[in-house]
Amino acid sequence: MQRLLSTDNLVRIALFAASSTSVVIVALIFAFLFREAFPFLRDPGVGELAGTRWMPTSMQRQSFGVLPLITGSLLVTFLASLLAVPFGICGAVYISEVARPVEREFLKPFVEILAGIPSVVLGFFGLVAVVPLVKSVFHLGSGLSALSAAVVLGLMALPTIISISEDAIRGVPDAYREASLALGANRITTIWRVVVPAALPGITAAVMLGFGRVIGETMGVMMVSGNAAQIAFSPFESVRTMTATIAAEMGEVVFGGVHYRALFCVGLLLLAATFALNMIAQRVMKRYQNR
Amino acid sequence: MRTSLSLLALGLTIAVAGCGSPAGSRAAMIQIKGSDTMIHLTSAWAQEYSAAHADVEVAVTGGGSGTGVSAMLNGSTDICMSSRDLSESERSAAEGLGLDVQQFDVALDGIAVVVHPSNPINALTIDQIADIYTGRITNWSVVGGPDRPIVLLSRESNSGTYAFFQEHVLDKEDYATSARLLPATSAIIQSVGEDAGAIGYVGLGYAEEAGDRVKVIGVKADETAQPVVPTLDTVRSGAYPIARALHFYTARVPEAHVQAFIDYCLSPEGQETVKREGYVPIG
Repeated sequence: MQRLLSTDNLVRIALFAASSTSVVIVALIFAFLFREAFPFLRDPGVGELAGTRWMPTSMQRQSFGVLPLITGSLLVTFLASLLAVPFGICGAVYISEVARPVEREFLKPFVEILAGIPSVVLGFFGLVAVVPLVKSVFHLGSGLSALSAAVVLGLMALPTIISISEDAIRGVPDAYREASLALGANRITTIWRVVVPAALPGITAAVMLGFGRVIGETMGVMMVSGNAAQIAFSPFESVRTMTATIAAEMGEVVFGGVHYRALFCVGLLLLAATFALNMIAQRVMKRYQNR
Repeated sequence: MRTSLSLLALGLTIAVAGCGSPAGSRAAMIQIKGSDTMIHLTSAWAQEYSAAHADVEVAVTGGGSGTGVSAMLNGSTDICMSSRDLSESERSAAEGLGLDVQQFDVALDGIAVVVHPSNPINALTIDQIADIYTGRITNWSVVGGPDRPIVLLSRESNSGTYAFFQEHVLDKEDYATSARLLPATSAIIQSVGEDAGAIGYVGLGYAEEAGDRVKVIGVKADETAQPVVPTLDTVRSGAYPIARALHFYTARVPEAHVQAFIDYCLSPEGQETVKREGYVPIG
């Protein structure tokens, strides 16, 4: 009894409770989403979700094909990472390896400020600045496109990628750098062939977390992507993402109706996607650590 | 992660909305929610009314007609603003809940079709507008304009204007999948003003407020008819074909303080506000 109530044990129990809360919450979310989505999977059926038309308010025939939404989310996420990953990693390398202390003191707060800007503000910035810019640079009919959304999302993912990559790069032992330099490698070679590979697990985690931010982002993307539910593979087309669909339509649906259930199916897909992303990130990190 | 968090938040919102009791524990509070088209107008009414009745507080929020109807059904608003009639499913949902829904027509509104100021088109027939919005016409040259792709702009599907336009202009057909659905009327004005090939539709009040940034085109009922531009007079006389009544809905016969506010809106003074805000008075 004495031992059971020792400070050690009490702290242990408290910490265990705290750390399992998130597990419980995730499980509850899965269960709740599934419960709301399940009737849809039975009645119109999974086949309905596989369709290519998302027309939930059609007065002819409602259709709930989520393919346009999935391709929309994928296209925007892919483009955003194409922009944010190279920028983010180069930025992190510069800040941690090359920048003088003065520069670092100047750069780091700005990265943190960028991280703190609310997404609706970035979305508004996107609407008045990025959209017209994309339109005039590429001579488009309208700048409300996947590319504009990707630029805004890239801005949102950038701070995540930079700060976590930077931590990883900084964590590489100095002995690696010294050994490389001692072997006659110059600074650039040392950075790209020794330091960055050594920090790769952390950088991978950074990229995956950035992905997570991008795929789950709603407000910013909703304001600039144009939200047309079409299957598109061009960055200049308008696309509708899964998140924007839920946000835009959840307010008007009849609770318990088919449309409501369909939106929960979309939510389930989204959750599964982020879950998978996290699993992959952990796998990758583990593999590199074991090497 | 973020997604799970936002979904959790969504879940909580629904839970909270589900058990929310009708606002009005304080007799002097009126909650109004719904149509973004009506938010300017209702806010103006609310301001004037509160100025004259210091003991009454009127809170107006938007979100779209559908949002307002949902809020009314689950009891989280006293008055629902809606720019469309209740749908069949909403009516049966209300019946299922045992509600005695009351409808008040508080103003009329014309829906203006707007294009970029540089667009030489001055008028379209209803059929042409329908063909454009359903995706059968994709280039301005087909309707006598320059050879330029049409950029379709629409409101989101939770908008009453979206539903009204679909029912009365598109004849219940589906919007083209290439239509860009924008979350707010102001975004439509912004984009139409920006893109030379764009076409959009907005409430008359917004079109007038936008001034020279967009061009309001005339609408012809058919090929031979004269084009009619939406104005106060043409909407009231019924000459302008894309017009509708704007409604207040309440879940049951309103309490005295809510009824007093609705009476104010319908009074000559309230209808004067309607005119000033760019909508069309009733009667």
